[in-house]
Amino acid sequence: MNMIQAINSALDVCMGRDADVMVMGEDVGYFGGVFRATAGLQAKYGKTRVFDTPITEIGIMGVAIGMGAYGLRPVPEIQFADYIYPALDQLVSEAARLRYRSAGEFTSPITIRSPYGGGIFGGQTHSQSPEGIFTHVSGMKTVIPSTPYDAKGLLIAAIEDNDPVLFLEPKRIYNGPFNGHWDRPAENWSKHPGGEVPTGYYRVDLGKAKVVRPGEALTILAYGTMVHVCAQVIADEGIDAEIIDLRTLVPLDIETIEASVKKTGRCMIVHEATRTSGFGAELSALVQERCFYHLEAPIERVTGFDTPYPHSLEWAYFPGPVRIGQALKKIMKDA
Amino acid sequence: MAGEHPRANLQPLRLHVPEPKFRPGDPVDFVGVDIPPAGAARRPDTAESAHDFTDLAYTMVRVLDEDGRAVGPWDPKVSPDMLRRMLRNMALLRAFDERMFRAQRQGKTSFYMKATGEEAVAIAAAQALDADDMCFPSYRQQGLLIARGYPLVEMMNQIYSNTGDKLQGKQLPIMYSAKDFGFFSISGNLTTQYPQAVGWAMASAAKGDTRIAATWCGEGSTAEGDFHSACTFASVYRAPVIFNVVNNQWAISSFSGFAGAESTTFAARAIGYGIAGLRVDGNDALAVYAATLWAAERARTNAGPTLIEHFTYRAEGHSTSDDPTQYRSAGEPTAWPLGDPIARLKQHLIVIGEWDEERHAAQDRELAEYVRAQQKDAEKNGILGHGLHQPLDSLFDGVFEEMPWHLREQQAQMIAEEEASGRPWARK
Repeated sequence: MNMIQAINSALDVCMGRDADVMVMGEDVGYFGGVFRATAGLQAKYGKTRVFDTPITEIGIMGVAIGMGAYGLRPVPEIQFADYIYPALDQLVSEAARLRYRSAGEFTSPITIRSPYGGGIFGGQTHSQSPEGIFTHVSGMKTVIPSTPYDAKGLLIAAIEDNDPVLFLEPKRIYNGPFNGHWDRPAENWSKHPGGEVPTGYYRVDLGKAKVVRPGEALTILAYGTMVHVCAQVIADEGIDAEIIDLRTLVPLDIETIEASVKKTGRCMIVHEATRTSGFGAELSALVQERCFYHLEAPIERVTGFDTPYPHSLEWAYFPGPVRIGQALKKIMKDA
Repeated sequence: MAGEHPRANLQPLRLHVPEPKFRPGDPVDFVGVDIPPAGAARRPDTAESAHDFTDLAYTMVRVLDEDGRAVGPWDPKVSPDMLRRMLRNMALLRAFDERMFRAQRQGKTSFYMKATGEEAVAIAAAQALDADDMCFPSYRQQGLLIARGYPLVEMMNQIYSNTGDKLQGKQLPIMYSAKDFGFFSISGNLTTQYPQAVGWAMASAAKGDTRIAATWCGEGSTAEGDFHSACTFASVYRAPVIFNVVNNQWAISSFSGFAGAESTTFAARAIGYGIAGLRVDGNDALAVYAATLWAAERARTNAGPTLIEHFTYRAEGHSTSDDPTQYRSAGEPTAWPLGDPIARLKQHLIVIGEWDEERHAAQDRELAEYVRAQQKDAEKNGILGHGLHQPLDSLFDGVFEEMPWHLREQQAQMIAEEEASGRPWARK
């Protein structure tokens, strides 16, 4: 399966198992979603469980919270993560705090799906990576898969979770694992082990990172598209790096990170999002606090620049093989 | 060049900034407020098309006339017992507000908000809804809890953030939550409850339930985007929901003109969305009751949502942190042409021979005593400022269903910090 099919399968599995799971969002119903992630679901489960919504992110999020308060398990879609901001108040002030402020009387068991990230010539409003805004919000979980297998297992776990989960889907790798070389032919998931996806029910637990590639020379912390870009770079450079795919940003799998950095003594953090106050800053602080006496070089952050996401200058902006390679040389220079 | 400009002979544009009629010190004269006579508004069938509500959105549904008689097609013809219960609940709400306002002034809690003058809006609505209909209130519908029999002690415990507080001291006073009483958790963020109420109603409809949702906001917060989103969703899916806009003329210091009232009514907002809109005398308990009953029947029969504007007046300050003499004339509350909701229902009960001044005075004394006794009980659980009333580590409960490692670490840090501080509550 590709990642779209895996997500579709996760929704299908959850809707089949639990009559309270509802799918809603702009164009998700009859049409099946602008990325086809909800294709066929309305025909199978009916219009009262899979429905198109008016174009209002406030409304989508507020209505999902109300449905959750009733006892349903809504899975609202925000068409692009760049368009989640109108719903910010409902997410931050309501969904994330409802359990706390009502001392558990009301909860928000909702999963917000949203395609995010660049590398597709999406320009300023179809490329953003806003995860750092949400990892800063107490009471919310943030999940980002990097393979079809993880996407399905994590999405099922997110839908079954009783807390609000933001599920960001790296749209650059919907169809294949992008290695950062935009000028080479695109790959597809059929040749990647992460593309092998069981058709039935399984979970990938939230809060658990995955060591994608064990190594000794340094630890690379990445998620989403950047996992694949990093894997290509270290293969090209011939460096024995340990790549950790975080998969869940909050709650973070700190044990896996800590064990790895204490072993390798070096840490590089890679994300597409802008640098300042991005999630990389939190990762860097945690590694510094917990692994300080094991570090043999300063922690490196490889990120998008602190600018809006540009259109024609996309490959100058995107943290690709050259930027990652240079950071690698810097962090490894005394090794 | 300016002389050749084709618009050179026009006056410059002017920006209109609304201004209320009366400021501090001004004499008040409300003759400009258009109050249609009681009994004049028609009562449509609850299945009537939303297209046909224009007249009702610009007039006012009123039942009680100047002499306290119930007149016209909206007279809900409720029993004297029900009328007396309504009167009692409104008086209880007022007594409760008085007591808690004073408790804040005495330093027993940090904050309070009264609903004085708006008692009919919540009490009469609650008595028209079924007990299991879900209410999504703003912060000035404590009357819903009182009408539904929620224990005053529980409300006070929350206001005091004491050991009995079901919300564990996590919420600002008056931000109640009472799921078993169909009262949704109050948020400080205005009008967020509007689309949530629609979602709850849509869920009820999608599951083939028979329960409906009702929600409240003030006229000021109809300006929020959530209001627009909620109306759109409710109309699109014909959600079984009642939107209540409590137009009490004031949003803190801003008069209703800053929410658009100079140009239209709030009930008229419904028309553009394809929602039935009613404008109701919010100080007339029978009109509020009748309109709510009507809207509930409309919702329950799948005929769609209703927006009710309750035309009323915020008789006191916005909150204990507010001083209305700084921005409006002190003469306004007494000059308000729709009077006082309690006085009007009392007059009606007397007119129909079901009440008298002596019983009313006795009831007021009894309610004051009752509230005082409840307050005494609540204060046994502590008041704000007398140390912490919740176990320290409960600060981290309920952020998530299960506490993740980073919160466990911070919890341990906090407990160590308290032990080091020597503060008296450092025992937990």
